[in-house]
Amino acid sequence: MKLHTISINNLRRRKAKMVFLTVGLAVGVATIVTLVTLTRSMSSDIERKMDEFGANILITPQSNGLSLTYGGISLGGVTFDQHEIREADLSRIKTIKNRRNISAISPKVLGGVKVQGHDVLLVGVDFASELKMKQWWNIFGDAPKTDHEVLLGSDASKVLNASTGDSIAIKGETFKVAGVLDQTGSQDDALVFAQLAKAQRMLGKEGKVSLVEVAALCSGCPIGDMVNQMAELLPDTKVSAIQQVVEGRLKALDQFKRFSYAMAGVVVLIGSLVVFVTMMGNVNERTTEIGVFRAIGFRKSHIMRIILLEAALVSLFAGFIGYGAGMGGAKLALPLMAETKNAHLIWDPYVAAGSIALAVTLGLIASLYPALRASRMDPTEALRAL
Amino acid sequence: MPIIAIRGLKKSYASGNEKVDALKGVDLAIEAGEFVTIMGKSGSGKSTLLSILGGMNHPTAGEVEMAGVNLYQLPGEKLADFRARHLGFVFQSFHLIPFLTALENVMLPLAIVKMKKAAKREAAHKALERVGLGGKVDRLPNQLSGGEQERVAIARAIVTNPHILLADEPTGNLDTSTSEEVMALFRELNEAGQTVVMVTHNPENGAYSDRTIQIRDGVVV
Repeated sequence: MKLHTISINNLRRRKAKMVFLTVGLAVGVATIVTLVTLTRSMSSDIERKMDEFGANILITPQSNGLSLTYGGISLGGVTFDQHEIREADLSRIKTIKNRRNISAISPKVLGGVKVQGHDVLLVGVDFASELKMKQWWNIFGDAPKTDHEVLLGSDASKVLNASTGDSIAIKGETFKVAGVLDQTGSQDDALVFAQLAKAQRMLGKEGKVSLVEVAALCSGCPIGDMVNQMAELLPDTKVSAIQQVVEGRLKALDQFKRFSYAMAGVVVLIGSLVVFVTMMGNVNERTTEIGVFRAIGFRKSHIMRIILLEAALVSLFAGFIGYGAGMGGAKLALPLMAETKNAHLIWDPYVAAGSIALAVTLGLIASLYPALRASRMDPTEALRAL
Repeated sequence: MPIIAIRGLKKSYASGNEKVDALKGVDLAIEAGEFVTIMGKSGSGKSTLLSILGGMNHPTAGEVEMAGVNLYQLPGEKLADFRARHLGFVFQSFHLIPFLTALENVMLPLAIVKMKKAAKREAAHKALERVGLGGKVDRLPNQLSGGEQERVAIARAIVTNPHILLADEPTGNLDTSTSEEVMALFRELNEAGQTVVMVTHNPENGAYSDRTIQIRDGVVV
């Protein structure tokens, strides 16, 4: 017989009340787990989508000339007398404070060329970074690996009547078509892609690039700050963020997050009240019992330990139940709330440990006053007969 | 030297706007090994006296010395420790914990004592055997008769070998024959050296004790 024997036996005896207490607290924990997991899973989904969108920072030369669009994105002016960006300057991008957030840097050189009698836009790219950034590209064939290979957009392939394995001539040089892009619905469909260095030589722009696309991992990264950091290092360029695509969605998510936390707060408050009221009732019902404990020599601290141990045990159980139920709820709700069907549920051990710790903390805090009240009971009044 | 020495004991309660003097200056000495019954009508102050003797009710004035200790001068929880070490209680309504077996109820005072589990069980078994319930250790209180519950309550009170056994109307809820059995048990415990102080309103119980103290209107008569 130890103090915990009394606590455990009491929990066994008052099953209905303990179930009520467990459910009350578990509902609170489950709500928090569901909302936190949903919010995090949805954020992760959005971040993944942002990566899929490709570039979210665009570096173009400072220009007052005509504007040009690329991939539906408004670029800086590209004119014949404009200043190109020096390729050597690009290494500075990797020195910015938030460099760890940079996922890929994709420099491009643009220029008009004649191919088989057609005017086409030749784009020199670094295929490694380009493919990393444009994960939606579906290539029939391979990406170019040598200087004498090109990749054609789907429309360019049709117009030039060239497909994978064929050869085309550009400025007197023969290039093998290594692959053809599946239709993207963007201006990529009309382009001819070649290795960056080769295109620079063909366009007479050695060591220069026309624009740079930068993909930043957006898990908590401040795009605005990164833009400023890059602009400081590249003063002759125009650095702009392409945030508008996801900004609205992130704002909506932020609002949902705030609403979730507010709602979770209310549910936790209600859960705590359930614990408080139940534990108070429990203590009131056990007046005689507590009187006996005090009469036979139990200290106030012994009484508190009995009551708080009961609360801790119930809360611990409620924490486990609540976490399980919360994750179940999140799993059911995620497909309804996320924009993509393949949004992943995030199983975070910190959420598991946090929810259980929260349940125990809440249970103990809400039981503190009832336990204090029990410990301060006058044994004479509690027993009445004495 | 008496094991219990009470000097000038007074206790007043506030009842609404009125002050009620439950004890009006009680002087009393009880020797070790004595069996004393305190008798008096309802409201005479006998239960108040017992609760003060039990270290659960601070007197308004006076001193209570038990086993050489000035009880109400003990700081904080030392009074609880004193109860645990020196006093055993038997309550009128038994006050057994309903979700604990007879053995567990008897082991209850040992829950706060540093002893090995086996030693606690052995002590509780011995106490239950002493009161004649060695064969019913696993019964819950509601599976025992009134007399048996009283015996479990007595076993719980003596399991720590207290210096003084305090009993409040221990036969109040029992029929005549069961009352006689319980009183015989108290007598038996007393003959084995246990000091017993019992509050009762039943004059027949006085026959089992060494001395009867009559209390009326808060004073010993």
